[in-house]
Amino acid sequence: MGQITLQGVRKSFGPVNIIKNANLDIEDGSFVVFVGPSGCGKTTLLRLIAGLEDVTGGQILIDGKNVVDVPPAKRGLSMVFQSYALYPHMSVRGNIAFGLKMAGLPRPDIDRKVEAAAATLNLTPYLDRKPRELSGGQRQRVAIGRAIVREPKAFLFDEPLSNLDAALRVQMRLEVTKLQKQLATTAIYVTHDQVEAMTMADKIVVLNAGNIEQYGSPLELYERPANLFVAGFIGSPKMNFVSGEAVGEADVATLGVRPEHLRIGKEGEGWPGTVSVAEHLGSDTFLYVDAGKLGMLTARCIGEFNLKSGDRVWLSPDPTRLHRFDKDGAVIRT
Amino acid sequence: MARKVTARRVWVSTAAAWLFGFLIFLPILWMVLTSFKTELEAFSMPPKFLLFHWTMENYATVQERSDYLHHALNSILIAGGSTLIAMIIAIPAAWSMAFAPTKRTKDVLLWMLSTKMMPSVGVLVPIYLIFRDFGLLDTRAGLVMILCLGNLPIVIWMLFTYFKEIPKDILEAARMDGATIGRELVYVLTPMAVPGLASTLLLNFILAWNEAFWTLNLSTLDAAPLTTFIASYSSPEGLFWAKLSAASTLAIAPIIILGWFTQRQLVRGLTFGAVK
Ligand SMILES: Nc1ncnc2c1ncn2[C@@H]1O[C@H](COP(=O)(O)OP(=O)(O)O)[C@@H](O)[C@H]1O
Ligand SMILES: [Mg+2]
Repeated sequence: MGQITLQGVRKSFGPVNIIKNANLDIEDGSFVVFVGPSGCGKTTLLRLIAGLEDVTGGQILIDGKNVVDVPPAKRGLSMVFQSYALYPHMSVRGNIAFGLKMAGLPRPDIDRKVEAAAATLNLTPYLDRKPRELSGGQRQRVAIGRAIVREPKAFLFDEPLSNLDAALRVQMRLEVTKLQKQLATTAIYVTHDQVEAMTMADKIVVLNAGNIEQYGSPLELYERPANLFVAGFIGSPKMNFVSGEAVGEADVATLGVRPEHLRIGKEGEGWPGTVSVAEHLGSDTFLYVDAGKLGMLTARCIGEFNLKSGDRVWLSPDPTRLHRFDKDGAVIRT
Repeated sequence: MARKVTARRVWVSTAAAWLFGFLIFLPILWMVLTSFKTELEAFSMPPKFLLFHWTMENYATVQERSDYLHHALNSILIAGGSTLIAMIIAIPAAWSMAFAPTKRTKDVLLWMLSTKMMPSVGVLVPIYLIFRDFGLLDTRAGLVMILCLGNLPIVIWMLFTYFKEIPKDILEAARMDGATIGRELVYVLTPMAVPGLASTLLLNFILAWNEAFWTLNLSTLDAAPLTTFIASYSSPEGLFWAKLSAASTLAIAPIIILGWFTQRQLVRGLTFGAVK
């Protein structure tokens, strides 16, 4: 079991409030990603759950039990650090076994579990090496091995892939997701990369300046962002924002439309503009359009369009895919 | 061309290093040579370098007049004991300052160092009286205590700087792995800090071995270490250079041998931060 609930969790370092009233319900077995810009408090929130920082206020419940006064060692969670944080003086075997040794398991059980974990992660040939004799990807696996071998209630990951090169990152992303599904253990995963969040998560927590802006499935966030921040943060390329007045919707402060929901229309249909840059990727065409008083718009069109810089285009937004926000940035539901 | 210049530079700096090393070594060499001279030759002018009448007589006299082994044992016990106790106190102290600092940690560190800024002689009288009243004069326990306290600030500072180099993440990983703070110290921090711990230990041992203010003032015979043994050849019956040198040679021989065998460890520890 690994159900984690945050109730009114607050954290301040001195006078600075880093986490402001976080409420969250993480279901057992789900893969939850904390995403947000750098410095928004993702790591801090994860460390509060881990017990490596003390909460300033509020409660953290693991399987219904308040753990704010329980030391990290007793919370039954395991963590994978951004820096891997392997024990440099121990072999791979020693690293993976350390948690079991601390738990006082008998030697044969430890060996069996360590070997099973190593086999899962393709680490068997490296069991007797020291961390410094491993590549970045292998170290990453050892860190994950150390986390899974203890069969924790939940895994906590703090940007575990950010030190890997791009190709390896995509591969490890898949492996981590697969492993989590296979073990069916709750996972909380921190990243600043919204693509990582969208591809890995069952549910995403969008954080901004210490506030939880929205909590929902990747598609919910994509289709129904709760506010301007989430709308702008989720999705690539970014959502276009135009002022409501400029498009004749006076009661709407901001109107948002995603690049993929802008269609190139017939002349006189939609919003006029001039192509300033056209990127031809073959499968898609990205158009950066100067739309006069609407500002710069990005359009993503499927397929190849024979357009170039300076061409005049008409962009018509899909009316069912418009996002309307009030002057405080909250979404207007109709 | 460029290579020649480099080669010459290497030659010059090597020569300079040897010269510098020799200058530092010279007093020790002179002391050893003097210990093999007769008292008369010891202060002859001009001084004789190697062409003198070599004699073991001084060593015989020294051994006859005082019990070298007794003082050597005291030195080992006092330097070893004070170092060990200082390490046991300093490891947790440095741990908490390096990994669980508070706003006042910097002040505490500075305050500890400030205790070394006062000349020892400034507190000689109160310490002497305290020692007298507690019956600690001329006891090994008393000397262990005073040397331990005297070196503690340096030991804590050294360990603090070594611990600072260790990534906090690794200790936190141990904590997540279920280690208590004690086990974290034993299984993770200590093994990672071995070079630093070793050089701190050695340096502190050498400092305690050579400490000559408190040992001279607070011991006479029973607890007297080798420093007191040396000093006994300088004052009472006038100066005996050759015997003094023989006593000094005997006194520093163990520590030089120790230093020789541990030099790699010492250098590694003392340059730990720089190399990384
Ligand atoms: N121990 C600390 N003391 C003071 N401020 C901290 C501490 N840890 C983090 N912060 C501050 O809290 C904010 C959030 O940090 P963090 O949780 O690491 O952000 P993220 O992981 O989202 O990039 C940052 O502004 C950071 O400077
Ligand atoms: Mg972070």
